Amino acid sequence: MVKAVDGISFSLEAGETFGLVGESGCGKTTTCHSIVHLLPPSARIVSGRIELAGEDLVSKSQREMQKVRGRQIATILQDPMASLDPLFSIYNQVAEPAYYHQALRGSKLRHRVKELLAAVRIPSPEARMKEYPHQMSGGMRQRIVGAVAQAGGPKIIIADEPTTNLDVTIQLQYLNLLKDLQRASGVALIFVTHNLGIVAKMCDKVAVMYAGKIVEMQPVRGLFYHPRHPYTRALLDSIPKLGTKEPLYGIPGQPPDLADLPTGCSFHPRCQHASDRCRNQEPCEQSIGNGGTARCWLASEEFARE
Amino acid sequence: MSEPLLEVRDLKKHFPVASLLFGKVRGWVKAVDGISFTINAGETLGLVGESGCGKTTTSKLILAAEEPTAGAIEFEGRNIVDLTDRDLMDYRRKVQVVFQDPYSSLSPRMRIGEIIGEPIQTHERVSLGEVRTRVGELLELVGLRPDMARLFPHEFSGGQRQRLAIARALSTNARLIVLDEPVSALDVSIRAHIIGLLEEIQARLGVSYLFIAHDLAAIAHISQQIAVMYLGKLVEVTDSLELCANPLHPYTKALFAASLPSHPDEEMKEIVLSGEVPSALNPPSGCRFHPRCPFVMPRCSKREPDLVEVSPGHKVACYLY
Repeated sequence: MVKAVDGISFSLEAGETFGLVGESGCGKTTTCHSIVHLLPPSARIVSGRIELAGEDLVSKSQREMQKVRGRQIATILQDPMASLDPLFSIYNQVAEPAYYHQALRGSKLRHRVKELLAAVRIPSPEARMKEYPHQMSGGMRQRIVGAVAQAGGPKIIIADEPTTNLDVTIQLQYLNLLKDLQRASGVALIFVTHNLGIVAKMCDKVAVMYAGKIVEMQPVRGLFYHPRHPYTRALLDSIPKLGTKEPLYGIPGQPPDLADLPTGCSFHPRCQHASDRCRNQEPCEQSIGNGGTARCWLASEEFARE
Repeated sequence: MSEPLLEVRDLKKHFPVASLLFGKVRGWVKAVDGISFTINAGETLGLVGESGCGKTTTSKLILAAEEPTAGAIEFEGRNIVDLTDRDLMDYRRKVQVVFQDPYSSLSPRMRIGEIIGEPIQTHERVSLGEVRTRVGELLELVGLRPDMARLFPHEFSGGQRQRLAIARALSTNARLIVLDEPVSALDVSIRAHIIGLLEEIQARLGVSYLFIAHDLAAIAHISQQIAVMYLGKLVEVTDSLELCANPLHPYTKALFAASLPSHPDEEMKEIVLSGEVPSALNPPSGCRFHPRCPFVMPRCSKREPDLVEVSPGHKVACYLY
């Protein structure tokens, strides 16, 4: 049995942007899929609660979840061609959530679709909504996925690496667009990414995941200026910064195999500061002030970086 | 200043677009349209640009995998277009490549020893024992163990596979390695290792790199010179630190503005470009960047600006300078 996500807790407030950071295979995507009940058949939620405005989602059936997905929680995935159906016009795809979740019909529905497409800056929406996904560029397709996500009027949008496939100048356009949409509608965002630059630009609060656990969670400034977990610090040091040629820090070793985790702290084989305690005993979540937590024996005040 | 190893002059590659009926040519995609640059021995040239700008076509031309429509690629003083088959074989020995995806660039049915040993056997008459020794040395050079030669690619992680691809590129004592997005497919913590390894190998062996990427920070870290490409043209060429401190072309500025902050309070001068990269089949008249340029002037749409040196070693193709 693989524990893809192992005992994580976080909360999201209305209008907030929460970043979920980590390398491939750390459990970011499984976390998101658990929230909306879209786990593969072999996976199950063994324990824990997911509450949306006080209501538990874990106990809901798939049928009940249909009223949650799209209406309460929408998702934007990495590859827009996987989210859009090539056989349906843009109008149909954007209209569907508004039809089911907002009960709009006729000219009201049409008007709403135009409004949504205009909000994601599709030029001449009236003409464009008759077209099909293959007629759009990558950036436009991802903007349409954004319009579909907004159409049901959700409280939360989960964005799973939404800009990984986009070019840098288009990525900036898209991130700014998401911020504008958030400002206009007050939706909360869960931003899943491995790119700390995106986190710095977008997020209010960040959780760093490693081997299925949240190893550090802090407000964004705390995480960048006073990272407490050695893994967070290593990640920050491994990114090249513009205009300097300082050597980069490479984290030694490989991310662990989830089926065969190291004893004690999962990060200890790659950690510079590992002691016997780290090898034998798993660190519990420690409060580090400013509302943050870190899963490290060394996460005390003295260890904090200047 | 070290001496030039590879000089590209006014290189062009146009692909015909045939109509569906009768295969009549109805247009040309000017993927690379008159670019010139130099790679010095032991140095790295970074080539940066968005998808569809012609980076990969440029790399194929340099690898002699495509024939140029016009222009010259001079390697060690000889134009590769004029080389005989035998000389071209030797050229291919000296110019090697590492691709983006380490999962598709290593044959799953070959052992590592065969993958790295094959180029040596193709190009040199050496005994099997010697091939084995060389493979062992190469594996150590890229930070792996010599006994890994008997394993298959699936037994390695993404970062290790990229090390294997680098070892293969080095196996024939290459002088120039084309690195086509070598770290984009890797996790962040692994990227730093590969960039460090490439820098270390360059310092030890004096090999040159053409580093192709879209990530400015990584490219600026590893390169001495950077060339910025847009729709088949170079818009700016200069020293990497100079480019970071003083980008001149509006497109380069936009690329820098689009690079993400390194911490939350970094104030970015945002130049958000409108629109997307136009089609290379029908590029805009005059300066190809003018429909998206925030500083566009009337003459930009009329005549294309030349790449001119505006300060020592800093070339830019823009009417603003």
